[in-house]
Amino acid sequence: MSAPRGLPRGLLAGLAGIALLALVTWLLPQLVSNYLVRVVIVMCINAVLVASMGLANGFTGVFSLGHVGFVAVGAYVSGILSLSAHAKGAYLPDLPHWLAGITLGFLPSTLVAGLVCVALAFLVGAPLMRLSGYFVAVATLGFLIIVNVVLINAVDFTRGARTFTGVPLETSLPWAVGWLAVAVAVIARVVYSPVGRRYRAVREDTIAAQAIGLEVLPVRLSAFMLGAFFAGVGGSLYGHYLGSFSPAAFYLAYTFTLISMLVIGGMQSLTGALVGVVAVSVASEVLRNLERGLDLGIFTVPPLYGASQVVLGFILILVMIFRPSGIMGDRELTLGPLVKPRQEGPGREIKR
Amino acid sequence: MSEAARSQAPGSMDSAPLLETSGLTKSFRSLVALRDQAIVVRPGEIVGVIGPNGSGKSTFFNLVSGFLRPDSGSVRFDGQPIERRSAAEIVRLGIARTFQGTRLFKALSVAENVRAAAQLRHPSSMLDALVGTPRLRRAARRVDAITGELLGLVGLTGRAGVRAGDLPYGDQRRLELVRALATQPRLLMLDEPAAGMDAAETRELMDLVDRIRRRFGVAVIVVEHDMDLIMNLCERIQVLAHGQTIFEGAPAEVQAHPKVREVYLGHA
Ligand SMILES: Nc1ncnc2c1ncn2[C@@H]1O[C@H](COP(=O)(O)OP(=O)(O)OP(=O)(O)O)[C@@H](O)[C@H]1O
Ligand SMILES: [Mg+2]
Repeated sequence: MSAPRGLPRGLLAGLAGIALLALVTWLLPQLVSNYLVRVVIVMCINAVLVASMGLANGFTGVFSLGHVGFVAVGAYVSGILSLSAHAKGAYLPDLPHWLAGITLGFLPSTLVAGLVCVALAFLVGAPLMRLSGYFVAVATLGFLIIVNVVLINAVDFTRGARTFTGVPLETSLPWAVGWLAVAVAVIARVVYSPVGRRYRAVREDTIAAQAIGLEVLPVRLSAFMLGAFFAGVGGSLYGHYLGSFSPAAFYLAYTFTLISMLVIGGMQSLTGALVGVVAVSVASEVLRNLERGLDLGIFTVPPLYGASQVVLGFILILVMIFRPSGIMGDRELTLGPLVKPRQEGPGREIKR
Repeated sequence: MSEAARSQAPGSMDSAPLLETSGLTKSFRSLVALRDQAIVVRPGEIVGVIGPNGSGKSTFFNLVSGFLRPDSGSVRFDGQPIERRSAAEIVRLGIARTFQGTRLFKALSVAENVRAAAQLRHPSSMLDALVGTPRLRRAARRVDAITGELLGLVGLTGRAGVRAGDLPYGDQRRLELVRALATQPRLLMLDEPAAGMDAAETRELMDLVDRIRRRFGVAVIVVEHDMDLIMNLCERIQVLAHGQTIFEGAPAEVQAHPKVREVYLGHA
């Protein structure tokens, strides 16, 4: 086994990472257009969401379709909290007094959103994480539907199906990149630790997992709750990026997008989740530009609105047929010795 | 696992029972899979359970290890009733088992299979993992040491990084055995460990089980169809047929007993 890793190296990697992120967030806006910066921000938010979805779905093998339900809760909870008193009076006049009086900053409202989602994940997960296979998928889809219906009907808090607006536009590039870094660091540490080993054991065989002393429910629940935290955080980031949104923004279409990113990248790998986000985002940006139509001089491509969704669907089908475990499978990309995952990595030491 | 502390003389009749079942009964609908079974296993002892297909051997294992609940009867481990405990709790108390046909974490490496079990006794929490506490590092060192030792015991050191599902069948069985051992049990239950092995492999396995028992001081219950293995390895044998215990005694007695010959060995 390799020598124990000292602190200096980890510290060095951390500092190098922070320096790199600072450089990127400072440099990028100078180099590329505003449009591209916005694309990168959305990519970072999606990466937080997909990586956290992979925690339960990929590492413990509980295929949840409810992640976007937590994203919605995160967006609305943080949005209500960070709305100014003036905006609350204008848009949410029927808010209870104790809530109407509170206005939190971006960071605290994001953290509260994450914690509310953790508590909700505990309530939802305690009964549902006992289930397996498609039972979980169907039941968590039910959760997504319930969240949607509640948001539409809790008019005093959400303005119902109408647009919730007035959320301060706080999600800048540094915030998005910073939260992504935190999410990746936390998830990587957990997944490549003895805790993550428990996740994989439960995923591989629940009976064998019990035979080595693991209770399936708490193991899955801890992954589900940690994933929900970052879903809430991502929801807050998204809400504070859009400024105005409605329950429809956090429903089936978004679920499909995030799941295709996860599945295309590879569910059982953290870098797979990130690769999936980049691949799908780049593909759909390109396609979105193409679907407006092209004039190539000799011939013109007529506008084909909606084509990007169709192509994305096809890509997903092709990946499922030819590479069902996604681009990365269960392997991780590493950036050399600086950020090498620890011992626990299944991918690193597997010889095929 | 400190050998000195754990090794002890194989079971003597005067020590208190480690495992004691009585009146153990389990039905599946109208079929009584196990009826009124009773067995006593003392620390360090090695006991065989034999019987024709469907006689209730695996059901007995599942009842003791918490994968099934008995309809009636009791299971005591170390004097404590355990028949209502979960499978995971029972492992924690010190009973580890293997399965008929293997149940490995197939997509994980050989070493990861053993580490996952070894970390039961050297746990770390999510907080340890996030902060990188000394406890996490200490646990990782202990888990790696145990894993190294156990893989060495079954000659799998060189294959530590191989996907468990890619191992040859015999190696898979040995890996499952040391994975169970990694939970540091006081009672090890092996359900047909030699199934599918040839004579040489079976002899090797017998040897391994015996070595494990002496080295770690664990009691062992073996279910097997291989008569040679059972007769040579076990101090005592219980014979089941149609869920009923028809005989219990030393290997020589079992072989000589007419009822056993009739029911199990198939010739009168
Ligand atoms: N979960 C179950 N549901 C229904 N019937 C079961 C179940 N488990 C076992 N049985 C039945 O109970 C009886 C005893 O089965 P058990 O697996 O204990 O036998 P066994 O002695 O281990 O047999 P073998 O030598 O084939 O492994 C069999 O008739 C079996 O079909
Ligand atoms: Mg059996």
